[in-house]
Amino acid sequence: MKYILLMSGTKAGVEGYHAWPKQDIEAHMAVLQRINQDLTESREFVATQGLAEPKEAKVVRGEKNGVPVTDGIFPESKEFLLGYWIVDVPNAERAYAIAGRISAASVNMPIEVRQFATHEAKSR
Amino acid sequence: MKYILMMAGKKSDFEGYARWSKEDLQANVAFMRTFSRELKDTGVFVSTEGLGWPSEAKLVRAGKNGEPVTDGVFPEAKEFLAGYWIIDVESPEQAYKIAARASQAPGAGGKPANMPIEVRPVLSGHADLGL
Amino acid sequence: MTDHPYDAPFEHLLRELAPQVLGAVARRFRDFSSAEDAVQEAMIAAFTRWPQEGVPENPRGWLIQVACRRMADRMRSEIARRERETAVAAEAENLASLPEIEADVDPDDTLILLFMCCHPVLTPSSAIALTLRAVGGLTTAEIANAFLVPEATMAQRISRAKQTIKTSGAPFCLPSPHERADRLPAVLHVLYLIFSEGYTSSIGSHLQRFDLAREAIRLTRNTKTLLPDNAEVAGLLALMLLTDARRTARSGPDEELIPLDKQDRSLWDRVEISEGTELLTAALAKGAVGLYQLQAAIAAVHDEAAQVEDTDWPQILALYELLKRVSPSPMVTLNHAIAAAMVHGPAQGLQLLRALDTDPRLASHYRLDAVRAHLLEKTGDYEAAIEHYRVAAARTTSIPERNYLMTQAARLAGD
Repeated sequence: MKYILLMSGTKAGVEGYHAWPKQDIEAHMAVLQRINQDLTESREFVATQGLAEPKEAKVVRGEKNGVPVTDGIFPESKEFLLGYWIVDVPNAERAYAIAGRISAASVNMPIEVRQFATHEAKSR
Repeated sequence: MKYILMMAGKKSDFEGYARWSKEDLQANVAFMRTFSRELKDTGVFVSTEGLGWPSEAKLVRAGKNGEPVTDGVFPEAKEFLAGYWIIDVESPEQAYKIAARASQAPGAGGKPANMPIEVRPVLSGHADLGL
Repeated sequence: MTDHPYDAPFEHLLRELAPQVLGAVARRFRDFSSAEDAVQEAMIAAFTRWPQEGVPENPRGWLIQVACRRMADRMRSEIARRERETAVAAEAENLASLPEIEADVDPDDTLILLFMCCHPVLTPSSAIALTLRAVGGLTTAEIANAFLVPEATMAQRISRAKQTIKTSGAPFCLPSPHERADRLPAVLHVLYLIFSEGYTSSIGSHLQRFDLAREAIRLTRNTKTLLPDNAEVAGLLALMLLTDARRTARSGPDEELIPLDKQDRSLWDRVEISEGTELLTAALAKGAVGLYQLQAAIAAVHDEAAQVEDTDWPQILALYELLKRVSPSPMVTLNHAIAAAMVHGPAQGLQLLRALDTDPRLASHYRLDAVRAHLLEKTGDYEAAIEHYRVAAARTTSIPERNYLMTQAARLAGD
């Protein structure tokens, strides 16, 4: 079953991260890489992506005269997605265990775990 | 360049969606299917996923002995990711045009919902040639 | 390039033959788009059958024969479907004798294909995809994998590119010498983009991806063989070799980026540097100095220095001044500022950057902040440097770049 593990942050949180000491930043990167390698070896890894910070984000709402209407304003406190992992695991518990490991590597920030909706018809 | 187009909503938005009429739901699903098809036909499609309901969402932290601690309580105002598309396009403008189209998916009452679609570049493993 | 998972022993052979086969079939049937599909099918047949049957004695003839059969089959069903329209009936005459078209293989065909696949009517990513397939002989899956998109998406991109070419009415023949001069920059640009894609994504080997940088070098070599007197083609090949030479040194054990001034130069490939320098010297002797020759010359000056302290910055500065005249761009101005800083001091470099503050093309580009941060650090203004490193880190869409910039800021903040 596929789960997506979402890591989010706020502007303040990200600025705090940028101010970490060099060794801590490097250690964090190394641990995350280790996790990706382990997940690849265990064949649970599907994908991971990092997203550009919200300064590069635009919110698009429909079109006016054929031109998209965009808006790039994000309130200070708004939580935004930093990145995610997609894993293919037999059950939710395994997904939580992986999320826990990512969280532990990332000052215990909470990792949101969501299952993918499938197109299969489910019996109700 | 790869971009992610994200659709999100509050718990109340999801609950509202669940109460749409059958016709409205079908129209929305049909639009999404056509939209993904268009992305594939124009050679920009990378991936798309819909996410499970917020009621199934869990927040996970590591507990004292490394065991995961899960928690299903979220603030009412929290925006949950409902789904996303990842596309590979020549320019940000092309990404915004595609997002504008996604934004026009029909909503309740069959009218274009004009949903806000967040567009962000996806980070790559490239490093600049530079000097 | 060793132990690549896609490297069957005859794969190199297939890729060399692909454009020759395509040229022969496209010329014969006067239909580039369908010929390209037919050749793809012939390649797939080779992949499937050669491991069992062995490589045929005349591999090119084998591929041409299989491709022609596919074309004939396709046309026969077209005819049956269209029920004898006049134009189609004329085609049927052609089918009567499937010719010995082995003799039709024309060395110019690869050049024709290159010009066709890099036609200015195509977007850069379409041209890149089509060139890699039709001229490079890569499979759709290999190209898709190299660009991290699904195979179906890449197949569609290639299909649409061929459709665009068909609609443009471009004939299967070499452009006139005058047209060639006009169209060659587009070809070189596509080859450069392929190299750039391969080189910049070669950080981190955990993803087994097709080596596009090597492929670009191979294609450019072939182009140089076809246009031996062209100084810009030689310049481009030199630039690729002189850059590729540093590939091993540019990333560390944790996939971190190592900038030029910190690289272990003993890891640079001296053979590539030597070949690149020779090519460059020969090209420069031809007189007219173009964009790629200048960039290659700058790379050569860097590569000549045994230690970073030996770098001949005044020469690099002079070359950037030339480049600013020949091919001005914000990136050139940025690099020129760095060189100026090395020769005249960081304050001078910072002064030159101010000209870029009002350039809309660079408005939110991370490199402006990255370079500014680097120069501010050299002037001792650490606070400002940290600020700009952080802004650059937030703006870049490259993970290795972001990690590098963040660690620079953290390093300064820790002092």
